[in-house]
Amino acid sequence: MSKRIEVRDLNVYYGKFLAVEGVSLEIEPRSVTAFIGPSGCGKSTFLRTLNRMHEVIPGARVEGEVLIDGNNLYDPEVDPVLVRRQVGMVFQRPNPFPTMSIKENVLAGVKLNNKRISKSDADDLVESSLQGANLWNEVKDRLDRPGSGLSGGQQQRLCIARAIAVSPEVILMDEPCSALDPISTLAIEDLIEELKQEYTIVIVTHNMQQASRVSDKTAFFNIAGTGKPGKLIEYDETTTIFSNPSEKATEDYVSGRFG
Amino acid sequence: MTTTITPPETRGPAAAPVSNSLTAGKLPNGASWMVLGGSVLVSAGLFGVIAFSGAEFNWVGTFVVAALVYVVTITLLSRIVEGSRRATDRFVTALVTGAFLLAMIPLISLSITVVTFGLNRFDAEFFSYSMRNVTGEGGGALHAIVGTVLMTGTAALISIPIGLMTSIYLVEYGRGRLARGITFLVDVMTGIPSIVAGLFAYALFAIFWGPGTRTGIAGAVALAVLMIPVVVRSSEEMLRLVPVELREAAYALGVPKWLTIVKVVLPTSIAGITTGIMLAIARVIGETAPLLIAAGFTNSMNYDMTEGRMQSLPVFVYTQYANQGNPPEAYLDRAWAAALTLILIVMVLNLVARLVARFFAPKYGR
Amino acid sequence: MTTAAAPIRAKQRPGDRVFSKSAVFAGSMILVTLAAVATFLIVQSIPALFADGEDASILDSNFWAYVGPLVFGTIWAAALALLIALPISIGIALFISHYAPRRLASVLGYVVDLLAAVPSVVFGLWGIGVLAPAVQPLYSWLVDNLGWFPLFAGPVSGTGRTILTAALVLAVMIIPIITAISREVFLQTPVLHEEAALALGATRWEMIRTAVLPFGRPGIISAAVLGLGRALGETMAVAMVLSATGAVTFQLLTSVNPSTIAANIALSFPEAYGINVNVLIATGLILFIVTFAVNAIARWIVARRAEFSGAN
Repeated sequence: MSKRIEVRDLNVYYGKFLAVEGVSLEIEPRSVTAFIGPSGCGKSTFLRTLNRMHEVIPGARVEGEVLIDGNNLYDPEVDPVLVRRQVGMVFQRPNPFPTMSIKENVLAGVKLNNKRISKSDADDLVESSLQGANLWNEVKDRLDRPGSGLSGGQQQRLCIARAIAVSPEVILMDEPCSALDPISTLAIEDLIEELKQEYTIVIVTHNMQQASRVSDKTAFFNIAGTGKPGKLIEYDETTTIFSNPSEKATEDYVSGRFG
Repeated sequence: MTTTITPPETRGPAAAPVSNSLTAGKLPNGASWMVLGGSVLVSAGLFGVIAFSGAEFNWVGTFVVAALVYVVTITLLSRIVEGSRRATDRFVTALVTGAFLLAMIPLISLSITVVTFGLNRFDAEFFSYSMRNVTGEGGGALHAIVGTVLMTGTAALISIPIGLMTSIYLVEYGRGRLARGITFLVDVMTGIPSIVAGLFAYALFAIFWGPGTRTGIAGAVALAVLMIPVVVRSSEEMLRLVPVELREAAYALGVPKWLTIVKVVLPTSIAGITTGIMLAIARVIGETAPLLIAAGFTNSMNYDMTEGRMQSLPVFVYTQYANQGNPPEAYLDRAWAAALTLILIVMVLNLVARLVARFFAPKYGR
Repeated sequence: MTTAAAPIRAKQRPGDRVFSKSAVFAGSMILVTLAAVATFLIVQSIPALFADGEDASILDSNFWAYVGPLVFGTIWAAALALLIALPISIGIALFISHYAPRRLASVLGYVVDLLAAVPSVVFGLWGIGVLAPAVQPLYSWLVDNLGWFPLFAGPVSGTGRTILTAALVLAVMIIPIITAISREVFLQTPVLHEEAALALGATRWEMIRTAVLPFGRPGIISAAVLGLGRALGETMAVAMVLSATGAVTFQLLTSVNPSTIAANIALSFPEAYGINVNVLIATGLILFIVTFAVNAIARWIVARRAEFSGAN
């Protein structure tokens, strides 16, 4: 269920503006990789190129290659829609569909694609996905209530359940806890720990404690100044990044002397 | 310190001891109401005297004179007690409130007139008979109601798909010159005078069926020309309200763009879009001029959109007024009854549209 | 999920293609419709431009002599209506946005919107049945006492169905339009500006004069121009209320009144035949051009305002 990601010399543009320059890295299957760095350094932009979500913004384009198990995402023949079914995404703010119940939200990825699914299969999928997102016990009695009635942390776990219901290979998380309180954050972090048994997880976070708690490897992005492109400064084991980084900028950032 | 707090130009009753220095030099709270009451009494008394000498009591005159007396008195009083700045403020307050009340006069007068005159013939016969072979009293507007429903319905069938798809294009797909051009043209279309839309539909169908043809479908096309820009505008606004996050959530699940639009964006905004469409229908259902030109008028029932003239409620109002027979009261009563029917339909559409907007709008979990 | 491991191919899905094509098609329909409106009006107008009294019975000499008084009447009636409606609308908008109690404001706004929902033919009926008889005594009084003033010169109309009455009805019809836009603009005034004025000890009117009106001026102007556009094209109310003779005169209270393009079409079209139809369509084309120009000015003002405020 999980795949290896390889990025080679990736440049990301918005129109003529070069937002991220020359990123190369490899992400191992069944691991958690954290992207850290100051605001505006391009880590979220880079994350969105891993499932071609950046194309939603008009004028965005990419040079270079992103290989998932050796297949280039940016091959001209590739359909971005199919890419996104393999590489799921969880957003900064929980965004359950307001017109759907909890159950329909979990099934959204299947139902929205016009796929037929038998009732028992659907029930199984709802239960397993919600179990997988540690939400089943809290919502099993109100599956037909609107998803927007849940608390922020529950909504975010509902979004994770929705993402894993389409059985992706990789899950990208774009600051999934930044809109949540500390207790909900802890629940999500525990969940990430469990999910990594089955999925490749990439998480963008502003919280360095969170990066050091949940990730196996950490990538530090930085930007030379406004208007300059963001760059990958250092990519290593999380313990190395936080205890013995090889770059001065990384050390300044993780020790709080910067950003 | 009291002197610095009181405005310097105040010529208030300095001799009177003031318990709270902040209230010095200010008219007491109820002053404006008392002045208003006094003005009304003076004005009513004045017109009462005139009425005593034979003329009918003039309500409008009473109202106007009372308003004038009030504005002058409150301004003068305030100028003496509070100084020129507050006097100007009170003057403007009176003017602004007066403007609002003035605008209420036609609304109230119109409602009273339409209801009182309209009820004369607001009966079962009115809603079950056409005007075929009717001269003088009796008859009804069934043919006009049927025509209005048919033509407005057809106009809606034409303009809702075009308008909705255009707004989807503008919000979800439109980039560059084509989108800018369409936005501009929608603006232009909004400004087309309704009678020009009627002329267009007439000229268009004159080509196919020869000059002088007036049909229901031509009327419907004229209404559609007027309705499309309204639908585009309101739907566009509603689609833009759907948060980008919802679209991204769907994309991230591997849902193609068109299914995202159909199954996420449209259901989320459907309440607002419905409201906009109902308001658009309410707007065109009262259009008279284009139907007069393109669909003509008749006294008979006509269910065939493509053949023969078709009557509609607004045109019925106009023709009953314009071609009065004998006795004229019968024709005028029918005109007012049709006007009442028309206003009721428009009001119900407006009301339902607003209720839909209030009760079916999705609640974003914020 | 080994099946999904196969390299993912296929560039565009058929559903997407069909859907986006139909969206583009619908957008293009707008283009086609407008082009059709323009083309039909122009083609049908051409015969009228070169016609004279022998070709078309409604023409005395040539087309331009026929349309001139109508253009004058259209613009004169609309301008009068705007003159009456604009101050009242600004007053109402200020009342709703800054004077009325918060909870009442939205209800009052809805009440004014109700005026906009009344069909024009009903306004016409009301104008003849109620307004014209009601203002006729006032007109007599004006002619008797202020007859020396050119606009109020006599003899007074006995029915009250003069150009001023038509303008009053038009004013009632465009008040909700101008009010709605002005109200929106006034409500957008930055609260900081308002509070800055109030904190300096300004009265409510001084706050409105220094903060609200300067901010709202471009919005008021474009609202006024949109209202003018609506008044230019309004048909039935004028056709029913105004008793027109086709004269070019500025006198407001007499029974000699200019007609307007739209009202003239509505009154003459049902009985028109032959080249007369083309003449009327040509006047419609001129009305279209005039309203288009007026609306273009409104759009230009709005666009300029957007540039100035930086937002929107």
